[in-house]
Amino acid sequence: MNEMTPPKNERSAALKGLGTARKRVEDLRFTQGKGNYVDDIQQPGMLFGDFVRSPYAHARVKSINAEAALALPGVVAVLTAKDLEPLSLHWMPTLAGDKQMVLADGKVLFQGQEVAFVIAEDRYIAADAVELVEVDYEERPVLVDPMKAELPDAPVLREDIADTLEGAHGPRRHPNHIFTWEQGDKAATEAVIAEAPVVAEEMVYYHRTHPCPLETCGCVASMDKVNGKLTVWGTFQAPHVVRTVASLLSGIAEHNIRIISPDIGGGFGNKVGVYPGYVCSIVASIVTGKPVKWIEDRMENLMSTAFARDYWMKGKIAATADGKITGLWCHTTADHGAFDACADPTKFPAGFMNICTGSYDIPTAYLAVDGIYTNKAPGGVAYRCSFRVTEAAYFIERMIEVLAIKLGMDAAELRAKNFIRKDQFPYNSALGWEYDSGDYHTAWDKALKAVDYDGLRREQAERLEAFKRGETRKLMGIGLTHFTEIVGAGPVKNCDILGMGMFDSCEIRIHPTGSAIARLGTISQGQGHATTFAQILASETGIPADDITIEEGDTDTAPYGLGTYGSRSTPVAGAATALAGRKIRAKAQMIAAYLLEVHDNDIEWDVDRFVVKGAPERFKTMKEIAYAAYNQAIPGVEPGLEAVSYYDPPNMTYPFGAYICVLDIDVDTGEAEVRKFYALDDCGTRINPMIIEGQVHGGLTEALAIAMGQEIAYDEIGNVKTGTLMDFFLPTAWETPNYTTDYTETPSPHHPIGAKGVGESPNVGGVPCFSNAVNDAFRAFGLTHTQMPHDHWRIWKTAHDLGLHA
Amino acid sequence: MAKTHLKMTVNGQAVETLAEPRELLIHVLREKLGIKGPHIGCETSHCGACTVDMDGKSVKACTVFAAQADGADVTTIEGLGGPDNLHVLQEMFREHHGLQCGYCTPGMITRAHRLLQENPNPSEEEVRFGMAGNLCRCTGYQNIVKAILAAAAEMAAAKEAAQ
Repeated sequence: MNEMTPPKNERSAALKGLGTARKRVEDLRFTQGKGNYVDDIQQPGMLFGDFVRSPYAHARVKSINAEAALALPGVVAVLTAKDLEPLSLHWMPTLAGDKQMVLADGKVLFQGQEVAFVIAEDRYIAADAVELVEVDYEERPVLVDPMKAELPDAPVLREDIADTLEGAHGPRRHPNHIFTWEQGDKAATEAVIAEAPVVAEEMVYYHRTHPCPLETCGCVASMDKVNGKLTVWGTFQAPHVVRTVASLLSGIAEHNIRIISPDIGGGFGNKVGVYPGYVCSIVASIVTGKPVKWIEDRMENLMSTAFARDYWMKGKIAATADGKITGLWCHTTADHGAFDACADPTKFPAGFMNICTGSYDIPTAYLAVDGIYTNKAPGGVAYRCSFRVTEAAYFIERMIEVLAIKLGMDAAELRAKNFIRKDQFPYNSALGWEYDSGDYHTAWDKALKAVDYDGLRREQAERLEAFKRGETRKLMGIGLTHFTEIVGAGPVKNCDILGMGMFDSCEIRIHPTGSAIARLGTISQGQGHATTFAQILASETGIPADDITIEEGDTDTAPYGLGTYGSRSTPVAGAATALAGRKIRAKAQMIAAYLLEVHDNDIEWDVDRFVVKGAPERFKTMKEIAYAAYNQAIPGVEPGLEAVSYYDPPNMTYPFGAYICVLDIDVDTGEAEVRKFYALDDCGTRINPMIIEGQVHGGLTEALAIAMGQEIAYDEIGNVKTGTLMDFFLPTAWETPNYTTDYTETPSPHHPIGAKGVGESPNVGGVPCFSNAVNDAFRAFGLTHTQMPHDHWRIWKTAHDLGLHA
Repeated sequence: MAKTHLKMTVNGQAVETLAEPRELLIHVLREKLGIKGPHIGCETSHCGACTVDMDGKSVKACTVFAAQADGADVTTIEGLGGPDNLHVLQEMFREHHGLQCGYCTPGMITRAHRLLQENPNPSEEEVRFGMAGNLCRCTGYQNIVKAILAAAAEMAAAKEAAQ
């Protein structure tokens, strides 16, 4: 028997567990065109919904006349706020404690706002009917600039709450003011800044942008009046929360609602929120008794569902003359648009912006964030980041560069001088977080060495001299970033969404022949959960990953969980998965001991089996144990082999990374060509290196887009200027560089397998890295800071303003 | 609206259908013929999720009228390969992690197929240029490019072996 047992390393490799670059199980169907996305869902008798949207950013709605639309053959109904009001569904709660109009209730507050919902037999007729709905508007003054929101002549946007002085997050000082959120010690920080020998100040604007997944948002709602069940297929990053919200809003009991997230064509935060389209489709299905499909077009997506960022961050950073940082002060004006629909945990109206001390040991800090209403679309989602972490990382990584200029110091050296040291972890930051683990100096040194940092600086100096001699028109910029994220929300004691604690879950069932199915409360949107969660279970249970099916997204079958966003799947659901696997193993141990006729304590786990201590020829594999669990009567042990785990994380996880970018800027055309990008990520224990690398490539490309051109821009009367992919920058294969990836591995001490999450790191670290490189290229000409996005025009303008075209 | 009788060849099969003059090819494929591999991402020809092959050329089916495809030979991802005869591009996209959410993938592979017909031995630069009409939000393209170059090499090797 012993001779037949393959060696440990072979058995381990056969599992394709943790650390394996396992090929993705999802890919077979995706590469053959057999994905099942929401627009692929067809139901008998299905109708199509389409919105009449406001052309104005601020106007009263005097009347809506749907007669001509209703007269069009094939049009079934036209819903307005008046129709929804008896159901109390003309407004809905937002994730941020505010409320939002589902359909225009007397006025519109942003261009593209939903005014009426047309239901027709096909999408062409619905689009025709939208054109036939006559809406009489009376234009109102428009507020676009959040800095002007509280001026005496500012129009009041939210008349519905104009007299409400107490908001969801404390006192409001003006009808256009939403909240003030303060963290840290204001007096102490201001005292440090007043006395510091060196203080650098800057206004750092992180512009408004949009996650823009390739698949837009949509749903199919189907009310079955025979059995009283409502089924909704949709692009939901948090299907269980959608079910609870749908139940609370509609009054339909939660067990009679089934929410299904099918394959999702990218999310990046766009698909976390609850949108008027979902509510209207559900109502339309209830009213008509037929399934109703609603799918956004691209312009609707960019104009109405979930913008990101739009933070004006005024900063002051204090240091000693030799570059030791002593204090950080930040005041942020947060443009939230017309409704506060930010997707943040309830107690964090500015998300985790208070991670803005970054990777640095800053003893004293203060942060205040003011949320402001403007005539823009609602949203404020975490676009490929944990709640506002990318804003925080951009802010501190720009402030470090600005301080380095003030000090006349190399920015790499300034960082190293101020990093939190390895021996300081767990580290309590001045703004209230406990960083779990890190080794920043090791990562930083590895990165600088990998790119030959000193050599790059020499080359840059030579290029500058050549530029001054008129031999080249290209400047070289070196971008540095060391970021620290805070992900994996989060501990139920302080993290909830609409009151639901942010735990997550896994339920695993081992079949008699030793294969398994596991279901989770999360939902993949491309992250490859079906591949990686099976790897976690393979390592925990000894069942090969290839024999484990992973299922997510169907609220009738999956355990309750808070979904996938904020890099929380691996830190939270991944932990639940590991612990469910351990429960399986604990029961398996009892069964194995019975089968081997020894005491539980006399056997030990060995990759895929329990072995009698000191007698390696006596063992039971997990496969044998699974069979026994179903076909033998074992005294004191229930038949079957199943486990469920709900995991409430004790802390967040803190992935970090060191990124370096080199780009060449043509000062005459404003073009920037990325020549090199080195990304070192530390996401703790690595589950699948291939998938990690893919996540880093993708996140860096989204960062490239944001830093170099992507924005949601409005004109002075609130018209969206970037409503199509002609204007809204998504890089193609042609503009996108090749990236070099690297890693260090500092496990999280509190996560069952030490994993921290990685999907969002490259976006969080990538944006400041690209932006720092652009700014760095002009440092020699006196530039301290220039705002993103660094498109060709803005770069050209910077060069022009610095006199480089003379 | 009056409908037109259309005949075309889709993935090697002769098909007939009725469509309004304004109806787009992507809607006819997806909703009338049940061919759901090609997706809709932008409806303005920018993203390429709807890319199909029409008479030996890559077209974006969201901006082609179905009537324009009357009499045409149309190939979609479903026509390139299936469970028993995977196309080498389908294999290489999986092998090199050239996809994540999968939404752009059918259009991406269909376009890559045509690109390799036009240029069987492309450089990395030619792949990047030739694929620039197809957007991906997940992968950053690096592994897509790698997959296409690997497929080109495999196809060249297979051709050589056959000779």
